[in-house]
Amino acid sequence: MDDATAVAQARAGDSEAFRLLVERHSRALFKLAYRMTGNEHDAEDVVQEAFLKAYRSLDRFEERSQVGSWLYRIAANCAFDVLRRRQRRDGRLESLDGEDSPEPQAEAPGPDRLALGGDVRRHLDLALERMSPRERAAFVLRHFEGRSVKEIEVALGMDTTAVKQSVCRAVRKAREVLLPLTGAV
Amino acid sequence: MTHLSDDDLVLLHYGEGAGSEAEGHLAGCVECAERLKALGRMLALASLPEGPERGEDYGSRVWERLRPQLGLAEPRPKVVPIRRRLWPRAVSVAALVAALVLAFLLGRRFPDQPQPLSAEVRERLLLVAVGEHLERSQMVLVELVNAPVDEAMNVKAQRAQADELVSANRLYRQTAARAGEPALTAVLEELERVLAEVAAGPDALSPGDLAELQRRIESRGLLFRVRVIGSQVREREKNLLPRAVSSS
Repeated sequence: MDDATAVAQARAGDSEAFRLLVERHSRALFKLAYRMTGNEHDAEDVVQEAFLKAYRSLDRFEERSQVGSWLYRIAANCAFDVLRRRQRRDGRLESLDGEDSPEPQAEAPGPDRLALGGDVRRHLDLALERMSPRERAAFVLRHFEGRSVKEIEVALGMDTTAVKQSVCRAVRKAREVLLPLTGAV
Repeated sequence: MTHLSDDDLVLLHYGEGAGSEAEGHLAGCVECAERLKALGRMLALASLPEGPERGEDYGSRVWERLRPQLGLAEPRPKVVPIRRRLWPRAVSVAALVAALVLAFLLGRRFPDQPQPLSAEVRERLLLVAVGEHLERSQMVLVELVNAPVDEAMNVKAQRAQADELVSANRLYRQTAARAGEPALTAVLEELERVLAEVAAGPDALSPGDLAELQRRIESRGLLFRVRVIGSQVREREKNLLPRAVSSS
């Protein structure tokens, strides 16, 4: 049974058809969720929430869309919610908009320490931690997932300008941290 | 000459159209071309490992966790709203709770009296009921935690569910405490506080109240703890099945 048929049957109340979609797409959604959240438990929650939302919005699925893309967008949005909730919980940034965000309070190691002490992953983790939820979500989708600005707009519910600004600000923060590893950029 | 901004270079790197003027400038400016290459080298470093692998059976495991949340204990012929499915279950589960707790306590208080069910069967029935209870509570928590906080939320349905759940929760908590189950008791205690708070609250929550409620649920890690203890209860229930069947 292909995805479109499975959605149609799930809409008609066939839970086995929805089960097929869950079994088919869970691993891909987990990968996306893990990349966006950087946390295994959060990623598990995102997958679950994404399917829960998908099930509830089966009636809103547009038949001309790809089921995989539809689920992907829902999962990206759930992961974005997780990032925002994490931000609220940590209370480190006052605004969801990175432009208004103060610098993170945690003391970051200086370039020398970073260049000498850490590996690239550690540097990248630090850069991702410095990003606001919007910046992180937009950057992960653009840089790691190769999604276009248009696709990110739909997934995160942002406009073109906000997506572009978020990506640019995220790259700026990544550059600040990765700079010592590359020489002058 | 005005060189390209860093943002222009980022957009050019990702092929997101910084504009024809920027592209024209890049074609004739060695300095900006070098900056773009350097940006590319820096971003090439930014790669993430694949992350933890999930096996072929991952989708099935997700489905097993998801199914109770969708109210799909058994395949149903027609999709109906989740709450409409839950209410009949709520009533039957509440009746089951009362019967089970009574049977459990009677079994302890009058051990010499003949019992219709063995201890294993009673324990299993109790675990089934607690598992159901935790799943339904989890659904209420999920709905509250995932609600957008930028608008007021009508929580009338969640409030009614919490009201129903809180009495059952009290009985389970007392039973778990008597049975010497400290981990389950602790989670049920936390859960009861939140359920009681929701049940006693208004039908509509302002964005501020909703955010505060979400913060309290999240700061206690309650949703995660309910999930963990729920899966442990299910596991115990499964392990008990062969013994319970053979001893009944």
